[in-house]
Amino acid sequence: MELKFTHHQAAHCENGVVSNLMKHNGFEVSEPMVFGIGGGLIFLYIPFLMVNHAPSFTYRTMPGHIFRNFAKRVGIKIKREKFKNPKQAQIRLDENLKNDNPVGLQVGVFNLVYFPDEYRFHFNAHNLVVYGKADGNYLISDPVMESVTTLTEQELEKVRFAKGVFAPKGHIYYPIDFPKELKLETAIVKGIKQVCNQMLGALPVLGVKGIRYTSGLVRNWPKKKGTKKANHYLGQIVRMQEEIGTGGGGFRYIYAAFLQESAKILNNNKLGELSKEMTFIGDLWRDFALDASRIYKNRSAKEDVYNDVADQLLVIANKEEKFFKNLKKAIA
Amino acid sequence: MKKSEIPQDKSNFMDLYYAVDEKGNYTTATSSGWNPKTIASDNAMRDISERTEKARIRVLEGKTSPVEYYMEMHKMDPNILSSYVGIWKWRVKRHFKPSVFKNLSQKTLKKYADAFDISIDQLKSIKK
Repeated sequence: MELKFTHHQAAHCENGVVSNLMKHNGFEVSEPMVFGIGGGLIFLYIPFLMVNHAPSFTYRTMPGHIFRNFAKRVGIKIKREKFKNPKQAQIRLDENLKNDNPVGLQVGVFNLVYFPDEYRFHFNAHNLVVYGKADGNYLISDPVMESVTTLTEQELEKVRFAKGVFAPKGHIYYPIDFPKELKLETAIVKGIKQVCNQMLGALPVLGVKGIRYTSGLVRNWPKKKGTKKANHYLGQIVRMQEEIGTGGGGFRYIYAAFLQESAKILNNNKLGELSKEMTFIGDLWRDFALDASRIYKNRSAKEDVYNDVADQLLVIANKEEKFFKNLKKAIA
Repeated sequence: MKKSEIPQDKSNFMDLYYAVDEKGNYTTATSSGWNPKTIASDNAMRDISERTEKARIRVLEGKTSPVEYYMEMHKMDPNILSSYVGIWKWRVKRHFKPSVFKNLSQKTLKKYADAFDISIDQLKSIKK
């Protein structure tokens, strides 16, 4: 049994699943639109969440939040279920496929066999769509992949019941109710406001302040942590910024695409100008990653090179502060 | 970033970038890889093999149990391993002690073997 489902590659899994499920149900919503309305853009330093023995730096909001906010803001109802029993989880999945309903699943990537080894970490908030079952294999549309793929029953069960932080517990979700017409205008404004609040928030590890805080950390890493750890941590920032799914520049380019699209919908030229500005900020993030990579490539620990990338982060922080203040005014 | 500037270095994954075309409109295109990212990934992978190798030597020296070796090999830490085997973290850490590991019940060994997708025999003996 195979449902009619069109796979579109996306940069990021969560936006991609939402965008693909929306398209399947007859609503043309782009990936950047989902990301922007869902208020996905952020910067956050999470010292206690150790991934591969290094602290986390995230450029997007918590897993699941983009979808939840998007659904709330455009008025879609979503059915979600989690399971204790893997067999029960499979039965529910099969029922949905029988009813011609492609569904979104939350999975862990460590046992996702079609990913290359270097991406298979214990990260449990990946998303994909199952759109059918043929010869006992599930037909998988993973938005970050170029084309569709398959998983056996055991393989799928393993990733649906991965353990650890954000354990998916067989999490299955699909939209059940749509408004007659999508009203994007108010949803866009709400999404933008959320992102401005996140980026200009008061917490020292969040948004613009978080970037400044991270700059300070980077500056001190060679002294405090030694060469090896300093290089490892710096590599971690770059990986999280440029990992599959960010669309480049830590989601800044996707956000710029969202602003460009929104400028037309809201008839607001200021957003078009700000989109260009965001593209430029994305370029700065890329330059930072490039210079950081030179440090860990040469395994250097000279303090001046660390000072240099730390300074770049400060420049970015100042630019983003100005940017989000202007963005807030542009939609007021 | 302009569409023409999307890096096409070597890697194992084609990912999607958002970039602007000649007219300044946003569009998407795939990238075969970007070296700064690939180097970071390679370093992270090398770090894991180093940790695994260190653990292996420590097992052979009788300083730790194979549990720690397999944990490193599977890119886990005690927190993650604890959630896979359903045993408290402090007990998992205690099972790193060769003297404690030696006396583990079949039931407990089975939990670890299942988590690492190996047999109990493989769990008990590691390659020299």
